[in-house]
Formats: sequence, structure tokens, C-alpha cells
Amino acid sequence: MMEKPVIKVENVSKLFGRNHKEAVEMLNKGATKSEVLKETGVTVALWDVNFEVYAGEVFVIIGLSGSGKSTLVRCFNRLNKPTSGSIHYKDQAIEKLTQKELISYRRDNIAMVFQNFGLMSHRNVISNVEYGLEVKNVGKDLRKQKALEMIKMVGLDGVENAPISSLSGGMKQRVGLARALANEPEVLLMDEPFSALDPLVKKDMQFELLSIQRKLNKTIIFITHDINEAFKLGDRVAIMRDGKVIQIDTPEAMITNPADDYVREFIEGADKSKVMSVRQVMITPSCIVKTTDGANRAIVEMRSNNVSSAYIVNEKMEFKGMLTLDGAIKARDTKGKISDYFSDDVITINTDATIGDAMPLAANAKYPIAVLEDNKLKGIITKASLISTLAEN
Amino acid sequence: MDIYKFPFQIKIDVEAIDRAVRDFAVTFDVVLKMMRNGLNGLLNATQTLLTIIPWWVLVLLVVFLGYKQTGKIKTGIVYGLMLFAIGIVGLWGLMLTTLSIVIASVALSVLMGFPIGLLISTSDRANRWVRPILDTMQTMPVFVYLIPAVLLFGLGKTPAVIATTIYAIVPIIRLTNLGIRQVDSEVVEAAKAFGSTKSQAMMKVQIPQAWPTIMAGVNQTLMMAMAMVVTASMIGAAGLGMEVLISVNRVEVGRGLVSGTAVVLLAILLDRLSQGWTKEKKEDV
Ligand SMILES: Nc1ncnc2c1ncn2[C@@H]1O[C@H](COP(=O)(O)OP(=O)(O)OP(=O)(O)O)[C@@H](O)[C@H]1O
Ligand SMILES: [Mg+2]
Repeated sequence: MMEKPVIKVENVSKLFGRNHKEAVEMLNKGATKSEVLKETGVTVALWDVNFEVYAGEVFVIIGLSGSGKSTLVRCFNRLNKPTSGSIHYKDQAIEKLTQKELISYRRDNIAMVFQNFGLMSHRNVISNVEYGLEVKNVGKDLRKQKALEMIKMVGLDGVENAPISSLSGGMKQRVGLARALANEPEVLLMDEPFSALDPLVKKDMQFELLSIQRKLNKTIIFITHDINEAFKLGDRVAIMRDGKVIQIDTPEAMITNPADDYVREFIEGADKSKVMSVRQVMITPSCIVKTTDGANRAIVEMRSNNVSSAYIVNEKMEFKGMLTLDGAIKARDTKGKISDYFSDDVITINTDATIGDAMPLAANAKYPIAVLEDNKLKGIITKASLISTLAEN
Repeated sequence: MDIYKFPFQIKIDVEAIDRAVRDFAVTFDVVLKMMRNGLNGLLNATQTLLTIIPWWVLVLLVVFLGYKQTGKIKTGIVYGLMLFAIGIVGLWGLMLTTLSIVIASVALSVLMGFPIGLLISTSDRANRWVRPILDTMQTMPVFVYLIPAVLLFGLGKTPAVIATTIYAIVPIIRLTNLGIRQVDSEVVEAAKAFGSTKSQAMMKVQIPQAWPTIMAGVNQTLMMAMAMVVTASMIGAAGLGMEVLISVNRVEVGRGLVSGTAVVLLAILLDRLSQGWTKEKKEDV
């Protein structure tokens, strides 16, 4: 990628416990996390992690419990300090910040949302949201104004003076989100923010997060252990195992091209139809007819390809319509223009749409669906191609 | 050989210890005098303040506090009657004396104990040092605290305050420490993650979150001080305890019963009214 990374992780390792030296030696020889723990008593939370996070993307980190996800993001605001390696926020090396610099980095650049909300129960909603501004010594009026703005954004207007204990889980996490946004950070760290919520509320919150993201365009680093959540939210997803990052890819690439069996197994439970775009399943239409071609030509094409519909494009490959065999015959018999006999049953879809979007359309379609990009015909999808793709993956 | 006898005995020169303490008292005379004067000032100020207030104002105050904390006017009135009873049997003055020693001691305990509690809550090292000391302090018999106080400050109210303070300081230290350590670690982390300095996190998050526990510590300190003040009458601390002591010595059962009841009433009042703080805060947690 050409963009400059907002966060750059280089060779980051984090070991918990004493006797690091021996552990590092073992790890360099390729020992596993459990072997190291057994031999030396050292827990390998992270080992040689490398990646970059770009501005405005939602970067999801997924992995089983204990795989090091929390440890990793906590290094980003230095709630954890890496044992070795380096993390850059833009041009600043996080591990080199002085205490003072660290505090202003946390105040201005990076905010965090916690799994169990991390709210201060002795403060009401608005003063929780104000907290980050308060420690930054922002004036009372400005602070209140900003807090109210954020409270409104997360849909909590009206309850700003309620005590935290009176809120439901979903509302609490909205407060957590508003508090994080109030500081106007560039980066948002979210450590399993929706794991404590029940499924329906979780869905709401995911939607909320995406719409806020669309408005504010933050860089979000999001941890989850729910593969569907990861694929739904993530522009890119990193899979972790035993302190190592195994694969980083877009959801689609991960599904079509898992790095190893572990990843394959991990994404098994994912609802692929929500991730894979129709681009993945479209096939080349066997019968394309130009607008300038006549009805006779169309009939010959269809007959020779043994299909009952043809896709009509102009010389720029722009999609103009679909002609059925019946329509073509009528056009020939009446000596009319084929464009007068285009079928009303044609269905089109954009290349970016997911298979999930295409499913209900395909169910009702009499003819294959035309897949377009910038109005150009790219391919078609048939019911059969949809089903076989889903069965394969 | 007599199996019931120790084979030999070591004679410890207890007088030497007495002498050492006395020498200490002489050497540090200036310091001790200053402490004595300071404590006297504190005591007198407290007592004067209490004496200025007419008895009925205090009774009404108790009624009001009782009402405010329980929400029931009836409870308030019961508390008021309890205080009124102490006065009506002629023990008002002594009660005020006892109360002033208690207040002074509790003030000192909290003033010293709270910072110590904070210190050991943030430093595991300090905690390792202080914990055994606190354990020892709690297992020692009450009377032991009286001896050094008397040796250094003689008889009277001042050594009583010192002994009481030392005795009653333990719970406020312990519960401050416990309260701070028990604050949800995610909440403390949130405070850090939003760029709080250490003292901001302490003042704005940790102490407020630990407040109910800290107040429970104050309550316990208060109750221990109350118990100790009665015991301290043995070293000449005036007040209700002295009255009990005299009646015991003279085997005046009636007098003992009246003054003893007054002690109990005062203790109950202090306990109930100070428990109110803890509960009030707990509700919005
Ligand atoms: N403070 C610590 N001291 C010792 N070991 C730790 C500490 N924090 C984490 N670990 C260990 O590091 C490893 C990674 O932990 P981490 O919390 O990062 O996992 P995680 O992927 O976030 O798991 P979860 O999904 O359960 O939150 C685990 O083996 C854990 O036991
Ligand atoms: Mg975690």
C-alpha cells in the first residue's frame, strides 16, 4: 500500500515472567508457547509480531482466548510495554515516550473502549464522557458541550444525567464509546467491546459503530473472538495464535485463501455469504450480443451456446439489456429492433455486493443475474454458481 | 529433680528498660512537650467547641442526622432520645469529655492512617513492611498501648489520645489499602488510558471508587477509639470511662450501671451515625 501507516508494529514480543533469556533462546530455536512455559515458566504473550495499520481502516484482531490480542493492543497505548521490538504511532516510537509525552499521547491521539465498559460508577453518564477532557484540563463549558455532542452521536441523548448503574449493557458501552470519542482521538482501541452484550444488542452496536466510523473516519483497532463480527466490521483481519500473527488479509481474501489449516478451521464458522462478493462467483456470460447486432445474430449465438438469454452491450461493454430467445424470435419475425424486445425480467447487481445480497435476488430470478461495475457488464451469476461456491468454502 | 520447675531463670533487668524509656523522655523532652501541647490544644479546642453548643442543639442534630441517613423520622427521634437520656441522668459533661477524646483521636488516626493506607495500596513493597506491623498491633492487648503513653506523657487525657490513636489507626489503614486495591482494575486502566496522571487517577477515580470501604474503615476506627477511651480512663483520662472505673473500684453497682449504659448509648449512636456515610455512598455504586 502507498499510504503511510498510523501504527506500525515491528518485531514486537512480550514475555511475562522471569528468565527471559532462556525463553528467548528456546523461541529462536522454534519452541512453542507451551514448551517454553513448561521449561522456563515464562508466558509468551506475543512473539515477533509485525504489521501496519492504515488511517481510516477498521483493523480487526481475532484469536482464541490467551492468544495475545489484549496484550497486543495494550502495547499501543502502553498499558503494556513490549519486552522487545518497537511500535510507532506515525513517527513516534511509543516505547521511547517519556511519562509526560505518554500522557499527552494518551490524551490526544489514542483512546480505548473496554470489554466490561470500564466506567466510573461514582460519576453519571455525562461526567464519564467528560473524563478524558477533564484530565486534559479542558474548560467546563467546552467539555460539557463536546460530551453532549458525543452522547447524542451514540444515541444516548436524554440520559446524560443518569447514574451508570441504571443503564443496560448496551447503553453502558455506548457511554464507553462516547467517552472514547470525546477526546477526538485518531486511533480507537476496542478490546472485545461487544462481547459482554447479548446478540441483538451486539448487532445494534456493530451497526452503530459502522455508521459512526462512516461519519468520523477513525482508525479503529478492534478485538473480537467472533469471526462473524470480525468479517462484518473489519477492512482487514489479523488472526493470532499463541502470540503470533498467522495471517492478515481482507475477509474475502482470508476466505478464498486461508494461510493454513488453522485459519481454515477458524473461519469455518463464518457466514461466508456476508463476506464474499459476487465477483467471486460470477461467471463469464457465454452469450454476449452487441447492440449493433441484429436479431438473427442473437438467435444464432443463443442456439449455438445452448442458452435461452443473451446479454446486450454496446461497444464500450456498457450493459444495455437482456434478450431472451423468445424475444429475439419475435424481433426477427416483426423485423423490429432488438432493443424493443429487451426482457423486463433482467436483474442487475454491482460487483461489490456480497453473495448474501445476491441470494434473495437469485431465488426469484428467471434468468442469470447480470453483474455490473460502472455500468459495464463484468459477468453473470446463476443459481448453480452461487450454491456451488457456498458449498465449496 | 523437680520436673515442675524451670532448671534456671534469667533475671531481666526491667528497671533498665524503664530507665531507658525515661532517658528517652528526658532527651526528647522538647519534642514530647511540643506533641503534648499540640494534643492538648486539639483536645481543648474540640471540647470547647462541644461545650459551646447547647445540649438541645446537639440532640436535634442527632435527630436530623438519624433521619437523613435512614429516611425515617422515628429512627432520628430514637437516636435523639438516646443522647437526651445521657444528659438527663447528669452525665452530659462527662460524655462531652469522652466524645472530645474520641473525636481528637479519630481525627489523628484518619489524618495519619489514610495517607499510610494510600501509600501501601500503591506500593507492594511498603505493603510488605507495614502489614506485619498492623497484624502485631491488632493482636496486642489493649492495655499494652497505655504503658509507653504513660511513660512518655504521664497521666491524663493527652496520653489517652496517643494510646487511642495508635490503637484505632489500624482499621483506617487496612481498609483504605483494601478499598483502593479492590477498585476494578479495568476502571483504573480506563483512567490511565485516557491520560490521567497518577494523582488524577487517585483523586478522580481510585479514592471515589474506594470511598465506601474507606468510610467503613473510619467507622471501625471510631468504634475502636470509643472502646479504647473507656479503657484509657485507667491512665486518668476523664469522662464516662472514669465514672465506670470509679464505680467498679467502689463496687457501686447502680452508678456503674448508669454510666455503663451511657457508654453503650454513646457507642451505638456513633456507630449508627457513622455507618450512614458508608451506606449513602454505596447506593450509587
Ligand atoms: N499481566 C500478566 N501477567 C502474566 N501473564 C499474562 C499477563 N497478561 C496476560 N498474560 C498472559 O499472556 C497471554 C496472552 O493474554 P491476553 O490477555 O493478551 O490474551 P487474549 O487474546 O486477550 O485473551 P482473551 O480472549 O481471553 O482476552 C495469556 O497466556 C495470558 O495468560
Ligand atoms: Mg483479552
